[in-house]
Amino acid sequence: MAELSHTILLPPEQARAARPVAPARRHRRPLRWGAVGNHAVLIAGALFMLAPLLMLVQMSTIPDAQIMRTGPSFEIGDRFWPNLEKALTESMSFSGETTGLNMFRNSMILGLGFALGKIVISMMAAYAIVYFRLRFATLAFWLIFTTLLLPLEVRIVPSYEITQKLGLLNSWTGLIVPLIASATATFFFRQFFMSVPEELLEAAKIDGAGPVKFFIDILVPLSRTMIAAMFIIMFVFGWNQYLWPVMVSTEEGKFTLVQGIKQITQGLEGGHIPEYGRSNILAILAVLPPVLVVVFFQRWFVKGLTESDK
Amino acid sequence: MARVTLDRVHKVYPNGFEAVRPTSFQIEDGEFLVLVGPSGCGKSTLLRMIAGLEDITGGTLTIDGREVNSVGPADRDIAMVFQNYALYPHMTVRRNIAYGLANRGTPRDRIAAKVEEAARMLNLTDHLDRKPAQLSGGQRQRVAMGRAIVRDPALFLFDEPLSNLDAKLRNQMRIEIKALQRRLGVTSIYVTHDQVEAMTMADRIIVLNGGVIEQIGTPAEIYHSPASTFVASFMGAPPMNLIEAAFETGAVRLPDGTAVMDAPGGRSGPITLGIRPEDVRLGRGSATFDVALVEELGAHRLLHGKLSGQPFTAHALKESDATTGSHRIDLPFEALALFDRETGMRL
Repeated sequence: MAELSHTILLPPEQARAARPVAPARRHRRPLRWGAVGNHAVLIAGALFMLAPLLMLVQMSTIPDAQIMRTGPSFEIGDRFWPNLEKALTESMSFSGETTGLNMFRNSMILGLGFALGKIVISMMAAYAIVYFRLRFATLAFWLIFTTLLLPLEVRIVPSYEITQKLGLLNSWTGLIVPLIASATATFFFRQFFMSVPEELLEAAKIDGAGPVKFFIDILVPLSRTMIAAMFIIMFVFGWNQYLWPVMVSTEEGKFTLVQGIKQITQGLEGGHIPEYGRSNILAILAVLPPVLVVVFFQRWFVKGLTESDK
Repeated sequence: MARVTLDRVHKVYPNGFEAVRPTSFQIEDGEFLVLVGPSGCGKSTLLRMIAGLEDITGGTLTIDGREVNSVGPADRDIAMVFQNYALYPHMTVRRNIAYGLANRGTPRDRIAAKVEEAARMLNLTDHLDRKPAQLSGGQRQRVAMGRAIVRDPALFLFDEPLSNLDAKLRNQMRIEIKALQRRLGVTSIYVTHDQVEAMTMADRIIVLNGGVIEQIGTPAEIYHSPASTFVASFMGAPPMNLIEAAFETGAVRLPDGTAVMDAPGGRSGPITLGIRPEDVRLGRGSATFDVALVEELGAHRLLHGKLSGQPFTAHALKESDATTGSHRIDLPFEALALFDRETGMRL
């Protein structure tokens, strides 16, 4: 800034004279080895992460028999579109319902239902804990928090039994609702709500907004970035669920992609050539939505998790 | 427009802390009342009880003849301006101002007209579609004012609305708020810790200290005849000089024996003597003032030093050639205030 104002205020020759860095020294600027090292590490890391994905794409473009013979290579074949069509519309299973499109839709329902349900429930829980003078509010919060110690894998038998007794097996409700309570999201929203200035609530009270109106008109819009951040985390988490869908959804029409890929690898046993191309396309389909969600929401994601001045 | 009456209103927090001792006063219709005091004196609690944001522990609060102790803030017909403005950050200025009206089911075209009118009054017309974050401090302050006036409330409440502004803007907004209140004629209660704001804006001032009213009066009354040493030292910049003195042998004497005032009647005992710096007459008189420091303020000078061993300040006109060193001063009889040394109350 100081240098800039120099250049503007002084006539050109004086500005040059006033500049401390002599032009002769400029092209001998030392190579910063630290930066080179950093970039090398980052590039190596990126390649390490990307290589399997690129292999997936490559292998979906060549005939299955060639994969059997040579494994992954640098050759790009012409089998991508036929494989894509086969993956989306054909089914390998007994009932013929595990087409790629169908499983994609099921995964979407699970991912969206899981993410949105968790956001709604945990925002309301945090709202109750922060803004209402409940008896035992702190106790309730810590009880919610201790459920972090009891992930689904620990309580899967009782959870399954309850879902089964309620007759919710093979239903969307049974798939989503038992997973919907979230201590993490409740905790994040609680921290965020506590940072919202008290005066906003008071101003809204004087402006005649009741508890519901304050929540919808003020708190929800203020939490936009937090909601986006939670949505990313929860969508990816929900999309990648494996154990619970395997337990609850036994009808093939309700299979998710993550479940379905396993079905395909099972198809590898047997005498015929395994359908590598199709499996690879399904794997790409399973990876794509979480990646897109992160790409589209990442600006909000960082903002939501770091921004504190509201 | 409303008359507000507090009858033995008091506040005890659940932890037992008594923030406001039983307090009674009345605010007349259209009056601009300022509650002033140091932080923690209960002035904000008092205001928040009037707003309905804080429960009233005991006593009755009536606005326009209606007891409102258990009426919610939205139904008390009040508007409040907060210290940090409390604008809704995600709403435009227009929606911020309109929000209260919209919540009360006002027809849309009426809201639009009222918002335009308020914006015109506050010079905000060009900023109606901006978000609060894009406005300067003064403009945000005006939006907060707009949100208050657009509803035509019976009572304005201000909670230190100017303390987040820089000094120059504060002076300007002080005048604007006062002028607006005059024009609208709405009863207003204004809380501040800044005695200049209190003096310049108020029709009447209430000085609070430790949850107790020290004095109620017009700015002139508060300034010229403070009811206690607390009021004397709190109001005025520089504050009133308070020096220890005593009734001795028919006169009020400084510790060095100088008699500053005749006191017939044979009273005796220690007192505190108060005098405003501008009432001190320089150049003649019986007392000796040792000036250690001269503060040049342009329009006048302040002389700081010691009178009979105690800190003392006097006011000198710019024409005077006051310098450091010893000066003869006179403490005019009519400008002296005498306070009880023990209780601090005026004698």
